[in-house]
Amino acid sequence: MAKTNAIGLTIADYKGAPTTLCQGCGHNSIISQIISAVFEENLPPESVVKFSGIGCSSKAPTYMLGRSFGFNGLHGRMPSLATGALFGDLSLIGIGMSGDGDSAAIGMGQFKHIIRRNMPLVYIVANNGVYGLTKGQFSPTSDRGLKLKKQGVNPFEPVDICMEALASNATFVARSFAGDPKQVKTLIKAAMHHRGTAILDIISPCVSFNNQPNATHSYEWGKKHEVILHDMQFLPNAKEIMLEGEMEPGEVREVTLHDGSAIVLKRVDRDYDPTDRFAAIRALEEAKQKHILLTGLLYIEPDRPALPDLYDLPTDVPFNRMPQERLRPSPDTMQTVNDLMF
Amino acid sequence: MSTQSPTSSGTVVNDFSITVGTVNGTGSQTSNLTILRAIFKMGIPVQGKNIFPSNIQGLPTWYTIRINKDGWLARREEHEIVIAMNPATVKEDMEKVVPGGALFYADHIKLPIERDDITTYPMPVKKLARQSGAPAKLRDYVANMVYVGVLAQMIGIDMDKIRAALDFHFKGKESPINLNMGVIEAAAEWAKENLEKKDPYILEPMDATKGYIMADGNTAAALGALYGGVQFVAWYPITPASSLVETMNQYIPKLRKDPKTGKNTVVVVQAEDELAASGMAIGAGWAGLRAMTSTSGAGISLMSEFFGLAYYAEVPIVVWDVQRGSPSTGLPTRTMQGDITQVAFISQGDTDSIMLFPRDAQEAFEFGWRAFDYAERLQAPVFVMSDLDIGQNQWMVKPFEYPDEPMDRGKILWEEDLEQWEKEGKVWGRYLDVDGDGIPYRTVIGNKHPKAAYFTRGTGHDEFARYSEDPEVWVRVLKRIKKKYETARHILPKPVLESAEGAPFGIISFGSTHPAIQEARHYLKEEKGIATDYLRLRAYPFADEVRDFIADHEKIYVVEMNRDGQMRQLLQLFVPDMADRLISVAKGDGLPLTARWIMNTILEMEEE
Ligand SMILES: Cc1ncc(C[n+]2csc(CCOP(=O)(O)OP(=O)(O)O)c2C)c(N)n1
Ligand code: SF4
Ligand SMILES: [Mg+2]
Repeated sequence: MAKTNAIGLTIADYKGAPTTLCQGCGHNSIISQIISAVFEENLPPESVVKFSGIGCSSKAPTYMLGRSFGFNGLHGRMPSLATGALFGDLSLIGIGMSGDGDSAAIGMGQFKHIIRRNMPLVYIVANNGVYGLTKGQFSPTSDRGLKLKKQGVNPFEPVDICMEALASNATFVARSFAGDPKQVKTLIKAAMHHRGTAILDIISPCVSFNNQPNATHSYEWGKKHEVILHDMQFLPNAKEIMLEGEMEPGEVREVTLHDGSAIVLKRVDRDYDPTDRFAAIRALEEAKQKHILLTGLLYIEPDRPALPDLYDLPTDVPFNRMPQERLRPSPDTMQTVNDLMF
Repeated sequence: MSTQSPTSSGTVVNDFSITVGTVNGTGSQTSNLTILRAIFKMGIPVQGKNIFPSNIQGLPTWYTIRINKDGWLARREEHEIVIAMNPATVKEDMEKVVPGGALFYADHIKLPIERDDITTYPMPVKKLARQSGAPAKLRDYVANMVYVGVLAQMIGIDMDKIRAALDFHFKGKESPINLNMGVIEAAAEWAKENLEKKDPYILEPMDATKGYIMADGNTAAALGALYGGVQFVAWYPITPASSLVETMNQYIPKLRKDPKTGKNTVVVVQAEDELAASGMAIGAGWAGLRAMTSTSGAGISLMSEFFGLAYYAEVPIVVWDVQRGSPSTGLPTRTMQGDITQVAFISQGDTDSIMLFPRDAQEAFEFGWRAFDYAERLQAPVFVMSDLDIGQNQWMVKPFEYPDEPMDRGKILWEEDLEQWEKEGKVWGRYLDVDGDGIPYRTVIGNKHPKAAYFTRGTGHDEFARYSEDPEVWVRVLKRIKKKYETARHILPKPVLESAEGAPFGIISFGSTHPAIQEARHYLKEEKGIATDYLRLRAYPFADEVRDFIADHEKIYVVEMNRDGQMRQLLQLFVPDMADRLISVAKGDGLPLTARWIMNTILEMEEE
């Protein structure tokens, strides 16, 4: 019998339509990790809402969580759709799937502004450094000097999604690699519990158009150059934290999220404080200079107010179930309003 | 041409226009509104129109107040009284005055008086402003109150009505009321001592404004939306739409506190652009919230990709288009009905569109709440086509009426509904037409039923919201959507017909041109003996009554404020068999149409 989670569902309950993405596409492995993360977190699929823009990456929501509502919107406009929609029922968790073109080219404005507003959303950029769906054009994250079949050589410096997120004062910034599924899954779990926009820049190789070994978005390059910032564990309940044996100071860091869950970060090479913006910016610069794929939780600020916090909305019933009596002013107000006119 | 008829005493009572020429950014708006409101309080029908530049400070601006005892309040081209406060425009302002009219001017403007057929009244504006004791930084502002006082004395505006107007404007705050009142009284006193009344224009109190309010259309729209239970508003600032949401923000604390928890029940987000504003509103509409955005032409252009998505994915949303001079950035502070065809055919591919055409502030309120019922019933974008004239000018209208129908949330299925359907063996598909009216049933996020979820997309999909590139499915779904718009024709507001005995032709119009049409029809009847039938459109797609009206008339003049006769184009597509009956009377110069222009244009065409 298939394994069930704490709410009695099997992994099949979290699956979507069969994927039509290319075999080996990094996006497929991200999809699997989203499915596992939601399953393992024991969330009913109905409590998740999927959003995406346009691109191969943005097709992903079709291939996961078939029992979750989803909206595959317009190219570069996923953040605005998600912002409006999630107000419909603020108890739900939003997962947004986007691509490097979708978020860093046509959608750069919306990418930055959802971050500025800190709207709670697991915002995944499946970053392959190329336009997959339109068959292999340069994207804003393509390497400088990248040679593509019909495009020639890319003359521009790439946009760094994490750096852009930090510059926009993001409250959760992480980089990962589709070839490192365990880390992807842990980050997704943590992001689902973060109250704010959680940016996950996941390097997700496009096997059809940008997987040559020297491309920084390829499997081979990623495998050879990935350096992890820390060993990461996500604990839905912070009280469970039990440290094994004696720890050196700075060996383990723990970040408590607003709902009482926690991210436990175990030192690998050096101590890294993910609540330090300077450290995050320096880490990104160093990674660029050293030519490595630095992955992990770069930055987190768990307590900044999220967009819905600014509105003082009723919480006893989802906004989209609020009845007329609570939305339409009572008849006796009409006279008062007319009196306010001249 | 003046319609004014002096009485035996040689005076013209309650039938003239006052135009004030000032520099924008000097606070003249307070003065002008004070005059307008005081006259309204005297019981005299009155309307004010602001002809202003797209600029914050320093450019010429005009405000025209029309006073008419019979209630004709459209814009006129004649100015009986002109108040010239702006040295840069004083020459043209003087030329504006009708023969026999009066020019009031600030006496520091050195003015070679070139006309002997008008009365001129100099006003010692600077002197009186100085004497007011107002701080130096308020002098320009206070100077504008001088003309209020002088005018009040010379045409007979009641001082207590002026006080009432100031009291309203300053929300009862003593010190600004007293400061302004002081200047006005001093100026009136000065005029009494120093000026001799020579022009014929005077005011006499009436009883014709009882039962009316003064409101601008953007305020009315904002209030209408709040009474319509709007829950989510996303917008991006643009003239002349901005004040709609800004006003809404002011009224939310008064009107939209949840009776149960005391918390807010409206979310307003100022987006980073119109792309995002429309996206957020469509996201919210999809999620089951009453959602809207408000913009003008340039914003509509940016939003149109999203409107195509809302059309095809069938998402309810209300869009206010407060139209301004277009194309392009156009005339941002002038009015037009220039977005009609753009919205009718919005976005790429075969689309349809629902438009409502409010006539004035009162209908803006009504459509403000009804638009949500239509959007949710029809699962489609509903565009309310207002314009700058409706939105930003003060209209004398009947008080707003409380919605006479409960909210129509349309076809939404919750958990228990889906269970019931299952029990009855009924099949639910998001885009399945169960009732034969082209409108499917929808579920929204948060519905916990395991079969409630569906995947929304702008790409090809079948009745069960599954991705499809099948040509037959594509055609079938688009045909079914078309059917929804056929249903829409029957439930949207009907056109309003006014018929007259023996009318040789019909007139079709819509929106803010209504007062000018009515006045033109009055002149046609009174002066030329021509009775006319009039159909005022209130919605698109057109109802059957529109076809009937066209069928009943050999000749129909379609009057509108744009260059190409956009509504006529839509009508010709609606009745291709009778297209040649429709004659365009169209002008888009940024100004509200006048009755005289409408009448004369029609008469010229009649002669041809
Ligand atoms: C307005 C608009 N312009 C262009 C396109 C064409 N288009 C579709 S996907 C895409 C690029 C997608 O690239 P990316 O976001 O990196 O996704 P990937 O396919 O690489 O996962 C483009 C340009 C579109 N759908 N809409
Ligand atoms: S083209 Fe590239 S991005 Fe698209 S599915 Fe194939 S491998 Fe993935
Ligand atoms: Mg890409």
